[in-house]
Parts: sequence; C-alpha cells; structure tokens
Amino acid sequence: MREPLLEVRDLKVAFRSHGRAEFQAVCGINLDVERGQMHAVVGESGSGKSVTMLAIMGLLSPSARVSGSVRLEGEELIGKPERAMRRIRGARIGYIFQDPMSALNPLLTIGDQIAEAIRLHDRKITRRSAQERAVELLRLVAIPMAEQRALQYPHEFSGGMRQRVVIAMSMANEPSLLIADEPTTALDVTIQAQIMELLERLRAEKGVGIVLVTHDLGVVAGAASAVTIMYAGRVVEQGSVDEVFAWPRHPYTRGLLGSLPHPGRPKPRLDAIPGAPPPITMRPSGCAFHPRCAFAVERCLTEIPPLRSVGPSLSACHRAEELPPLTSAMEAANADR
Amino acid sequence: MSEVAGRRHQISLPQWATLPVVVGGFIVMAWIIIGLTVPLWAPYDPTMLAGRRFVPPGAEHWLGTDALGRDVFTRTLYGVRHSLPIAAAVIASAVVIGCTLGAIAGFVGGIVDEAIMRLVDVTLSFPAILLAMAVTAALGPGLANAAIAMIIVWWPIYARLMRAQVLAVREREHVEAAIASGATPSRVLFKHILPLCWSPIIVNATMDFGQVILLAASLSFIGLGAVPPTPEWGQMISDGALHFYRWWIAAGPGIAILTIVLGFNFLGDGLRDYLDPRSP
Repeated sequence: MREPLLEVRDLKVAFRSHGRAEFQAVCGINLDVERGQMHAVVGESGSGKSVTMLAIMGLLSPSARVSGSVRLEGEELIGKPERAMRRIRGARIGYIFQDPMSALNPLLTIGDQIAEAIRLHDRKITRRSAQERAVELLRLVAIPMAEQRALQYPHEFSGGMRQRVVIAMSMANEPSLLIADEPTTALDVTIQAQIMELLERLRAEKGVGIVLVTHDLGVVAGAASAVTIMYAGRVVEQGSVDEVFAWPRHPYTRGLLGSLPHPGRPKPRLDAIPGAPPPITMRPSGCAFHPRCAFAVERCLTEIPPLRSVGPSLSACHRAEELPPLTSAMEAANADR
Repeated sequence: MSEVAGRRHQISLPQWATLPVVVGGFIVMAWIIIGLTVPLWAPYDPTMLAGRRFVPPGAEHWLGTDALGRDVFTRTLYGVRHSLPIAAAVIASAVVIGCTLGAIAGFVGGIVDEAIMRLVDVTLSFPAILLAMAVTAALGPGLANAAIAMIIVWWPIYARLMRAQVLAVREREHVEAAIASGATPSRVLFKHILPLCWSPIIVNATMDFGQVILLAASLSFIGLGAVPPTPEWGQMISDGALHFYRWWIAAGPGIAILTIVLGFNFLGDGLRDYLDPRSP
C-alpha cells in the first residue's frame, strides 16, 4: 500500500485548567488520509473535531498537552519546532476556516491578501508575479472578473465569494493537504453546494487530500469517500462512506442518520438522539455515549469499548455485531446529493 | 431635468461631516491658523507694554490691558502658540510610548504583560494633576518640564487602550488564518493586528488634546508651567486672579481655553461616531 498523505496515530490532546485536573479533549484517535481523497470527520460540537485539526496544524495554545503521532508525507509533525511548523502551515497544509466573513483581513485587498500568502513561503517571488498568481488563483476558484475583484476589499464580497477567496488563499502554495473546518456552516444551502463542488473539483484536478470537518451528513454522503465519526473525543466509527451509511455499526451513527429528514417518506417528527453531548468536565464512565444510547447494557457503563473491525468498518461499540443494516438513511442522504 | 430642479436642493456631505465634526474642526482649524499667522497681523507685541495698565475692553484694546499694560487680546492669541505645540508633543509622545508598551503587553502576554500593566496601574492610581505637579516640581518649573510630566501622566492611558485593542483583534479569525498560512509573529502583529487597532487611539488622542491643554494651563496657573512673561493661558489667568475685579484679564485666556477644548471634544466625538460604530 502507498504511504498515506496524512497519518494520525493515537493523537491525544489534554488541557490543564487552572491547577485543577487535566481534561482530555481528544483521547487517542487514528486518522488516515490518502492523496486525492476526501475524508469527512463528523461529530457534534465539543466532540474534539476542531481540536484535532488544530493539533495537526500545531496551532493549539502551549497549555495544551499533545501526544501521539501526526505524519505528513511520512514526516512527523508533533514536537516539530515552531519555525519548522511555520514553513509547513500554508505551504503543505492549507486551512479553510468556518466563517469566511471574519477570516479575511478587512484592511487588505483580496489580491494583496492572497499574494501575501504566496510571499510568505516564496521570498524570491516579485510583488508583481505574486499578484498575477493571486488573480490566477481567483480564476481557479471560479471568481468572475478576477483582475478587478483582486483590487477589491473583503466587504465588497458576498459570503460565498469570500469563502472562495479563503479557499484560493489556502491553495496558494499548492498544498498536498487541505483541512476544511466546517467550510459551509456559515453559508446558505445553495452556496454550500457550490463550495462543496469547488472543493470536489480541487480534489479531482489537483489531487489534494482534504479533511472535511462537518456535522452535515448530507454533505458527507455527497462528497467524501471515507468518514470518521467522533463522539466525546473518541472515534466511534470509521470506514468508507458507502459502508458506514449502509450499515452503521455504532448506535451514535445510527442516531445521526436517523435524525436526517427522509424525503418521500414524510414523518411527523424526526428521530432525535435524546440528551446532549457530555461536557468535557463530566464524561460518563465506560462508553461516553451510554447515557444517550438505546442499546446500552451493564457492560457499557464500566468498560470503554475499543475501536475494532466490525464488518468492513471500524466501530467502538460492545454490541456492534447486533446492529442490523440500515437502508432508508442511505437513501435519504443520497437524495441530498 | 425640471423635476430634479424642482426638488429641494440637497447638499450631500461626506459621511464623516456631521455637525460636531464641522464645528469642532472649524474651531480647531481657526486656532491653528491663528497660531501660525498671528505675528503677521497682531495689533501689539505680546510681551511689550501696549498702553496704560488695567484699561478695560474697548476699541483700542479689544480685551483690555493687564497689570503691566500688555494687550490681553494679543497675548491670548499668542497663547495658542504655546498650548497647541505642547499638547501635540505630549499626545504624540504618550501615544508612541503607550501604544508600543500596550501592544507589547497585549501581544506577548505573560510576565511582560503583568509587568507593564502593573506599572500602568501604579501610574494611573495617582490623580493626574498631583502626579504632574510632583514631577514638574521635581524637574523645576518650565513648559518643557511640564510637558515631560504630562507625558508621564498620559502614556498609561494609551497603553491600556492599545492592549485592550490588541487583545480583542488577536482573537479574530483572520489573525488565526494568517497564522495558519504560516505568518511569523511579527508579520501577524504588524500586518494583521495593529492596522485594526488605531481608531480608538485616534479618537482618544483627539479628545485628549483638549485635556492636555487644560492640564498645561492648570500647571501654569499654579506656577509650575510657563514662566513669565510667556503669554501662556494658565499663567495669564493666574495673573488675572490677582486682580479679581479686572475681569477682562482672565476672560481672554478663559474663553480661549473653553473654545479650543470644546473644539477638540466635538472633533473627537464626531470621529468616534464615524470610526467606531459600536459606541453610542
């Protein structure tokens, strides 16, 4: 097998809060991304998705304790000095932020902003050719009248257009990996589809590996090939999108899929997962999902289920084998395409 | 065409040109022009005897003469040549010192932040006039020493303001985005944080112009600022206070201080409405 583009092994992140106990935000996760693959990471707020991404970029505050291994093209990133990380950020890993309205410097023109991202990693490039490259990047992300638009300021752009600019910036140095942290959450549904189309095109044309952080399963079904479901800092299920959606091997995944609307088969109410994700200060014993789980048994209260192979996917549920396949959810998610 | 002409004529002003800005700007501009040109057209010499002592206001001496027979109107106009440059120097120095230290405190954080901010706390815990008096008294009277004292009084305000701004701006996502695209800390600070920090500094500096002029006059009034025969407003009011029933001696500089402070306050208020839409 080829060496994966990104290989995360047993990544743990803990935060120490003012002399009190340490809180484990991410409790040992594994994640592989191939070149030209879109890997979706799904979970509710507080499940550790964003912390994981920031840990990969080395952007967590010094108070965070990070352990485990993050390899980019075989190169270990954890413990790398800050100077070396700066050369990787933006050059080999692009990062797309959630809110395009605030991710751009309001006092710099779009062209200057993209040119700056280029010049950060290419000291020798002239101002002029950096500007030309910026215009080229605006064309790559399908912004019409790129020359004129490059001279405008962020406030002259709509949300969807700004997200295109952010994506153009993240692609400025042709990184091999893009991390997109909920790139469509702040946008209208129609614009969401356009942005996802753009990411999909970049993946196919440029062969960039993409980690897509989202909580929108419709987006996952439409765009990603692999999916990782996170809950309370752990991976609860991991596998190919087709397998996981057809036969989810974890009650949490089933809950997420069950809470999607099913077109053509109207229901008075959607099935919601009862309760809320536990705060980091009071994670339940055993399986963190057991208080909300309809399948929970005695064993789930005491024993943390390890992530193990169940069929073609990986699942962290003691009763994974007892869960039947699901058909309607896949149909529902497919209908979102 | 005729329809347009028939409508009431509407002058479209730029967005910043609100009434306070226009009035304040007019007053301040007028004083600046007076300060620059007064030697060319002043009726008398500010330090020479111009007539008899204690002449009440009239055609000869618009604001009368003082205890030595100098023309109060002329001296009042000349006073701005001392007040404005001093205020400008004090504000400029306080902004440079305060903003540098404040930006360092906010950006570096930790022990550096603690050290700078405790120094700010200590300095601000003295009443401004008392601290300025103590420093001037230690250095000796004179406008230059008064200016140094006022810089010592004023820089902590800008350090605090700047630190708060830096702390607020550094949390914005475009700063995180710059870091995520590999920007160095100095680049982040100079290109992505500081340019967004200036508006409250500008507003505050404008308002403080008036305050510095007031404090300079106060120091002169108690004999710690300008030394006679300098035509300085505070000093002139102090003269006038000795001859209480000759009201015109203090009236000239009093009105001068009133208008210039008011002008800067109007200007600052208007600028705040324009630059900082969040504040009421």
